[in-house]
Parts: sequence; structure tokens; C-alpha cells
Amino acid sequence: MFGYLTAALWSPYVAGAGIGVLSCLAFVLSDRPLGCSTAFVKARGLIGTLINREKTEKKEYYREIVPQVDWAFMIIPGIVIGAAISSLLSGQFRLVWVPALWSTTFGPDPVIRLLGALAGGILLGFGSRWAGGCTSGHGINGSIQLSLASIVTACCFFAGGIGMALFMFRVIA
Amino acid sequence: MFVSLHKNRKAQVLLGLIFGICFGFLLQKGGVTSFSVIEGQLLLTDFTVLKLMLSAVIVGMAGFHLLKHVGYVQSHAASGTLGSNVIGGLIFGIGFALLGYCPGTVAGAAGTGAMDALFGGMVGMLIGAGIFAELYPKLKTSILNRWPFPAVTVPEFLHLNLWVVVVLMEAFMIGFLVFLEHFGL
Repeated sequence: MFGYLTAALWSPYVAGAGIGVLSCLAFVLSDRPLGCSTAFVKARGLIGTLINREKTEKKEYYREIVPQVDWAFMIIPGIVIGAAISSLLSGQFRLVWVPALWSTTFGPDPVIRLLGALAGGILLGFGSRWAGGCTSGHGINGSIQLSLASIVTACCFFAGGIGMALFMFRVIA
Repeated sequence: MFVSLHKNRKAQVLLGLIFGICFGFLLQKGGVTSFSVIEGQLLLTDFTVLKLMLSAVIVGMAGFHLLKHVGYVQSHAASGTLGSNVIGGLIFGIGFALLGYCPGTVAGAAGTGAMDALFGGMVGMLIGAGIFAELYPKLKTSILNRWPFPAVTVPEFLHLNLWVVVVLMEAFMIGFLVFLEHFGL
């Protein structure tokens, strides 16, 4: 059992099946799809509330997705902690500024990587809210419920992602 | 089921944290908090991401519909539009490849010490969500509600019995994974 916890990797089938069980438990115990992108809206709204409460509370989007520390918000700090526990147990935890594959393709400059990641993050945050969910909310939990919109969205995530990755790593690199 | 638990806000905050921890643990153990694994999937050279996602959907779909049948869960499937889901999905995809993580795995990568995920990806997510909130009233009336899908769920769309669709989808997903393994992908 302990060997399992300290293993560097599990089969993706085992980890995936575990996520499937977790998703079902989230529906039973919390009546919610296990999604990630809502938390970023709530966190951004909370930051806005600290800066200018009145202005933030007036915004239509924050009236629909209320900025507060709740179930959906806690998922993200939870993921950070869970992944940290997993990588610390297996001795894989490392402070890294530039992933190896990025470094060999676009160079080891951490500023360039940071700017690329920032731009990617902005598009990801913007796109996930535009589409109303992310790889877990639509891709896994929407598909589980046989939601037509979610399955179409998940296909678009990968269509856009495959196109952009091929452009980045095969055309310009 | 568990209606009083659903309404208990303090318990739900704690449950959210616990679900997050388990999710982050499984994402890291499954290998998908790694930049090279995600880019490998998008370059179609490493199928770890699809293997993990499809396994989750295979187990979750069977579990969800059985639990729904006995009344333990309810559906949250919402109607969608081409204007929201397709355009948003493609914008997401571009960011997905540029960052090399998605909204859940970016948090997982940060937990494993990936500073580009923490200071680039997660900060970017906050900015992107803020820009969307800013533009939301205009986008809502102009494009998000454009071109609605004809049905909410796949069985409604195909006019087929729910269980027929569940069995067909499960068979298709399992078949796809067998295909991947058969060709050593």
C-alpha cells in the first residue's frame, strides 16, 4: 500500500478510474460537477472585491458566479496540495522555472517561458469561461452526463490545442 | 439524497478541499501535471491524457447513470451553443497548447514545483477570467447565445434510449483504448 503512494507514476487507467469514482462522489455528496475553472472566477472576483467592492459587486458575471470561498473555490487550493503531497511522497517535487521540452524548443530563458505561460493562461482563463467549463468540468464531468455541449466543447479543446501545439513545435520551432 | 449535506456550507467548503486534494493527487500520479505529457498529447505522440480522461469517463458514466437511476444524483447537463462552446473551446485550446497545462493540471503542476504554472499559468487564468467578466454583458447578448444546440444530451439528440447510448459510448471508449494499446500508443 505504501509502495503505491510513493510510486512516481500510476497507470493512467488506474488514476483515471479513480477520478471517475471521485466525480461520482462529488455528484452524490456535493451535487456538483468536479470542475476547476469556476474557482479562478471566484478568486479573481475576491481580489476585485478587495480593491473595489462596489464596482466588483455590480458586475453581472460576479452576480452569476458569486466570489466567495465555497466548494468550487476550494478545489484549486486542494489540487495544489494534493499534487504537492503526491510529488513529495515520490520524491518528484522540484522547483522548475522552464519545463525541459520548452527549454529544448524555445530556449532556457525563464522570462520568455513566463510570458508564454502568462499568455497561455490568459487565453485558457478567458476561453474556459467563454465555453463555460474546462477539461474536467466539460471534458470529464459533462461527458459523464452525456451532455452534448460538453462533448462538443471537449473536442474543440483538443482541436484548438492540437492545431496550436503543431504550429508551436512543428512549424515555428 | 444528502440534501442537508448539500446545504451545509461549512461542510461543503471542507468537502471541496478534500475533493481537490484527491483530484490533485490522482492527476499527479496519473502523470498529467507534466508539461511534456500534455504537449505530447497535443502533438499526438503521448496518449496519457486521453487514456486518463477516457478511463475517468468510462467509470464515471456508468457510475453516474446507475446512481441517477436510483435517485442518488441529478443531472447538471446544460444546453449549449456553437457561439459559446465551440468558439470558447477553440480559444481554450490555443491557451492549452501555449501554456502546456489546463485549469486543473496548472494547479497540480504548481503543486509539484512548476513555477511557470504558478506565476505564469495561474496568474494568467485570473487575468483571463477577469477580462471575461468585464466583457460578459456584451458577449452574452452578441455571441454566447448564438446558434443553440438542438438538444441538451446525446440520447435526446439521437432520439435513442439513454441506456443504449451509455452502452454504445462505453463500448466506443473502451474500443478506442484497446486500439491505442494495440498500436503501442
